[in-house]
Amino acid sequence: MAKHRGRGVATINYPIGMNLGGDPSQALVHSNPDGKFGVALSSIDLGQGMKSVTRQIAAETLGVPVEDVYVDTADSDTGPHCMGSFASRGTHRVGNAVIAAAKEARAVMLEAAAEELEVNPEDLETDGKGNIHVKGAPSRSISTGAACAAAQFKQGRTVSGRGIFLIPLSDVDPDTGEMTPVSCFAHAALVVEVEVDDETGELSVVEMNSAYELGRALNPKLVEQQLVGGAWMGLSHAAFETTEPYYPEREHGPVDYNGYPMPGPGDIAPHNISVLERPAPDGPYGGKGPGEMCANPVLPAVANAVFNAVGIRVDTLPITPERILRGLKAQGGARPQARR
Amino acid sequence: MARKPIQFRLNGKDEAVFVEEGQNLLDALRRQVGDTSPKYGCGQGTCGACTVLVDGEPRLSCLMLAESAEGASIETTAGLAGAELHPLQRAFLDGFAAQCGYCTSGMLMSAKALLDRNPSPTREQVVDAISGNICRCTGYEPIIDAILDAAARGAGRRSA
Repeated sequence: MAKHRGRGVATINYPIGMNLGGDPSQALVHSNPDGKFGVALSSIDLGQGMKSVTRQIAAETLGVPVEDVYVDTADSDTGPHCMGSFASRGTHRVGNAVIAAAKEARAVMLEAAAEELEVNPEDLETDGKGNIHVKGAPSRSISTGAACAAAQFKQGRTVSGRGIFLIPLSDVDPDTGEMTPVSCFAHAALVVEVEVDDETGELSVVEMNSAYELGRALNPKLVEQQLVGGAWMGLSHAAFETTEPYYPEREHGPVDYNGYPMPGPGDIAPHNISVLERPAPDGPYGGKGPGEMCANPVLPAVANAVFNAVGIRVDTLPITPERILRGLKAQGGARPQARR
Repeated sequence: MARKPIQFRLNGKDEAVFVEEGQNLLDALRRQVGDTSPKYGCGQGTCGACTVLVDGEPRLSCLMLAESAEGASIETTAGLAGAELHPLQRAFLDGFAAQCGYCTSGMLMSAKALLDRNPSPTREQVVDAISGNICRCTGYEPIIDAILDAAARGAGRRSA
């Protein structure tokens, strides 16, 4: 009876968004008289950072400080349409819609500033700190707040913008079957080291190492947070979670947290992550987004690591001690594979 | 149903409310007092989202009868910040230790109970202290790091 170490690898090419009838998202941007901007979305923040990243994108495009932007994602009854927060699509689809809306609002803001400064809008630039000035002449300047106030109270303009980003439905070529289901992929590779106890069937993860290519990391801390938390969720799916009963009757299945195991804070393994930034040509400022693939590669990597450790292929999730023991029994004991 | 008056201290202030027989403390705090900082997660004491401190000890307020809080001193997340954020809150903020945020309140209270009695915990002691708190988003690592960071900033040496 012994504990066996094993190493498993998984790689993933993950589609950003989907192609079922077209994949649009909309954004509306408008200024308030104090020069702060509101961004209306129906793209819900589940904790993944939708509000943070769209706020950054809006501020960058408008040319105002991030503190001057408020993102409202609260109400799908009154907000502009969005397909939703799923399919790893949020940053890419919604971010592009926000850029389009913010560009339109920015153009009106610059027109209003140009009228106040008696110059051409094309000659103006923003400093990102709340000021608009004439290119090459920073002293010829007006604050974004003053420009927006002038637009509303003197000029009668709305400093606002509409944006939509649509990946249209891709038709299937009837002769070849060819189509373009996805326009943008993210990529990752993950290596998991596990230890399997051939007496108890217990599986523990010793270490995870991963590399993720997800376009430009628009908010590096949020990306890291997603990758760490998502890998934990992947591990939880690989080795712990199931709503199906282990035993013959459905009634024996879990109905609460007491019967639904998940790894706790004592079950986590060190996870070393390398984020490779290759800006996506069609992504907002090059971003794709981590999304679902934070979790997905962990499952096959753990299954491969179990095979490497004791030579059994567990083909049903989760990989529980019971399934490992049944596999070991059928095989007549552990057969550690070549160390990778 | 008979209603019963109880008095207790909540975050340093006197509170007096009527509670129903069998009503749990979480429900009384949220409905009678209006302090919604303790969260309802599972209602059966397994998720830790409702954790509050009762006379300095972490308690699952969903499992504690409200009337047994008579005369107790209760602390919730709503009372953590003074003029500035509590060092634990600051460390959670700086360390990106919250995603959806639903477990955060309970995590903060479990962590405060730990640091109040052990200002310089080891990583294992932090893990043990939050082992009754479930987090679905973060993978725990940022939370553990944030609590250790708060300890290093002297959170446990702060007078209550």
